[in-house]
Amino acid sequence: MSATLPVVASMFGSIPEPIVNYVIWPTTKFVIAFAVIMGIVAFTTLVERRVLGFMQARLGPNRVGPQGILQFVADPIKLLLKEDIVPAGAQKAAYFIAPMLPIIPAFLAFCLIPFGPPPTFAIADVNVGLLLVLALTSTGVYGIILGGWASNNKFSLLGGLRSAAQMVSYEVPFGLSIVGVLMLTGSLSLVEIVRYQEQSVWNVLPQLIGCFIFLVAMTAEVNRAPFDLPEAESELVAGFHTEYSGMKFAFFFLAEYASMLVNACLIVLLFFGGWTAAIAGHGLTTAAMQSMGWLGMILGFLIFGAKVAFFMILYIWFRGTFPRYRFDQLMDLGWKWMIPLALANIVVTGLVILIAQSGGAS
Amino acid sequence: MTQTMLNLHEMEISFGPQHPSTHGVLRVMVKIDGERIVDAKPIIGYLHRGTEKLFENMNYPQCVPHTDRLDYVASATSNEGFVGAVEKLLGITDQIPRRAKIIRVMLAELQRLSSHLLWLATHAIDLGAMTPFFYTFRERELILDLFEDYCGARLTLNCMRIGGQADDVNAQWLQKLADFLGIFDAALDEYESLLTTNRIWRKRTVGIGVITPEDAIDWGLTGPPLRGSGIEWDIRRAFPYEVYSDLKFEIPVGRNGDTYDRYLCRMEEMRQSKKILEQCVTMIADTKEGDLKAKVSRVIRPAEGEAYFSVECPKGELGYYIIADGKNPNAYRCHVRPPSFVNLSALPDLVKGHLVADMVAVIGTIDIVLGEVDR
Repeated sequence: MSATLPVVASMFGSIPEPIVNYVIWPTTKFVIAFAVIMGIVAFTTLVERRVLGFMQARLGPNRVGPQGILQFVADPIKLLLKEDIVPAGAQKAAYFIAPMLPIIPAFLAFCLIPFGPPPTFAIADVNVGLLLVLALTSTGVYGIILGGWASNNKFSLLGGLRSAAQMVSYEVPFGLSIVGVLMLTGSLSLVEIVRYQEQSVWNVLPQLIGCFIFLVAMTAEVNRAPFDLPEAESELVAGFHTEYSGMKFAFFFLAEYASMLVNACLIVLLFFGGWTAAIAGHGLTTAAMQSMGWLGMILGFLIFGAKVAFFMILYIWFRGTFPRYRFDQLMDLGWKWMIPLALANIVVTGLVILIAQSGGAS
Repeated sequence: MTQTMLNLHEMEISFGPQHPSTHGVLRVMVKIDGERIVDAKPIIGYLHRGTEKLFENMNYPQCVPHTDRLDYVASATSNEGFVGAVEKLLGITDQIPRRAKIIRVMLAELQRLSSHLLWLATHAIDLGAMTPFFYTFRERELILDLFEDYCGARLTLNCMRIGGQADDVNAQWLQKLADFLGIFDAALDEYESLLTTNRIWRKRTVGIGVITPEDAIDWGLTGPPLRGSGIEWDIRRAFPYEVYSDLKFEIPVGRNGDTYDRYLCRMEEMRQSKKILEQCVTMIADTKEGDLKAKVSRVIRPAEGEAYFSVECPKGELGYYIIADGKNPNAYRCHVRPPSFVNLSALPDLVKGHLVADMVAVIGTIDIVLGEVDR
């Protein structure tokens, strides 16, 4: 790894190789990635407002900087200057911890996501990367439940309860929907899953149903419309974050956008070929990119970014189009439709793989 | 014994008066078990201004601007009801020039459009669909521009006088109206494309807040909440006023009496209003320009008596009941029969057993304006 960056390598000359490879180098990448992601996440809020504005026959923020492009700087400044209110009767400790709970796993998940061709863009290529990402993103909901409970507000409490109800109904199909992909690729490493796709086809084709369920479940996981029940403003005022103000609110807000980004990255990696643009080993494969050196790396990153941007805009598009589900209807959808469908998908995928294998053997 | 025990299942929340989807300052005390509504009690009066009492202390023309503030999103029909009642009291209803009547109908139907557009916007946003809000406001803006061109005001119009109209419409205004009507059907189709066949929209509205025809009559509901249950009752048809007897229009009715049917009813009502407006534009060409007012004495002092006059305002039957003592230039007593108030009384029965999210849909579908409820 250090060979790709001789200057950095010479700086670490006296430090033992393993420490460079497993501590310093990943940390550096993470810090850079964190800063970039923080920027992207903040920028997404601006993009959302502008894109929604475009869809809704209005302008959106266009005052701060050219075309309102600095709005994403102005917003955090505003939020930092706001009074940090703790409601009377709130469970103080829980109230303080709640905003941190979703944001830490949301950003931590980025360590495991390869943004481009390895080795440069994969911060940590863990062989069970996918499981870890799923585990991390699932913990985000605890912050919402805790925040809803700790606020000493009935609307917040209802928001937290809804979040719990929502979690049990989407987490199961969310996990089941990717089993088909795992059966096809035979690996839990995100890099391997992408490598598999560039050698055959994007998983979206053989796993169309799985991909659809994943898309629906991931929208539900990040509480986006039409599943924005925990914060349904027309019913619960602002749901779980009714009482939160200032930076605490911003933490919830950033966590939501960060997990949107994580999930958009996941669907691209699992179903849409990640950073590659190749079919059956032809085209821009990982190997081709690696042979192009830095240019290839940046190209891969850009392809990946473009695909992720599409899904980020899809979230916004959903929000501009759909009314909101009721929470019992979401549970219906999860238990009566998505879980049976996901299970059927697994069975069919398994059968097809079995037939293909026995056909190959005979 | 059981009465003194703590009820650990039920929670009471105060829904409003400061809440995004109670359409003003309605407060509903809701008892919920989980999210299921056990009991709901609307609490009103946060916008009470004593309008009826004020009417007793000012002369009749002075009352008209106050009627604007009753249903503040549909002030033209509020004006229409009041001036109609006074005209009936004076016995000059037949003497109102035809041109003035047509202008009143045009203003009232434009107001119906603007009120229904606002209803659609808020109803959709209550159910989480954000975009229709901006689309309907785009067209509502054009209607408000028409009002502004006619009388200078956009919301509180004060556009009708006892005995006729103060201002005439000109060819330019009629052209502007015709242009607006030309684009309106396409705009309605655009809203419908977002909602009518949308699975989520149907899931949220079909079977929610069902009103049976019998209940609707018993509760005294009027307007779309009544027609949604399949009863063809419209003051414009039942007791035609102004020039409605000369106009061709249909009264859309629903079948199931649920939120979805009321939604379809109102959408169709908008199409019918558009047809009425088109007929008005051709009808007004046959009337004499400037012939706008019947003879009314400068100080209006009706003979002793009483009159009830009602109009079909966008929300239902809006009636004014005025008693004159024959001595004073002001009403002895004026009672307003606001449709929102009566329709709102059905809320507790409609939401019982539903979820909190459905209550928002029901409040949206009965389309209340608190200015009118509290008066």
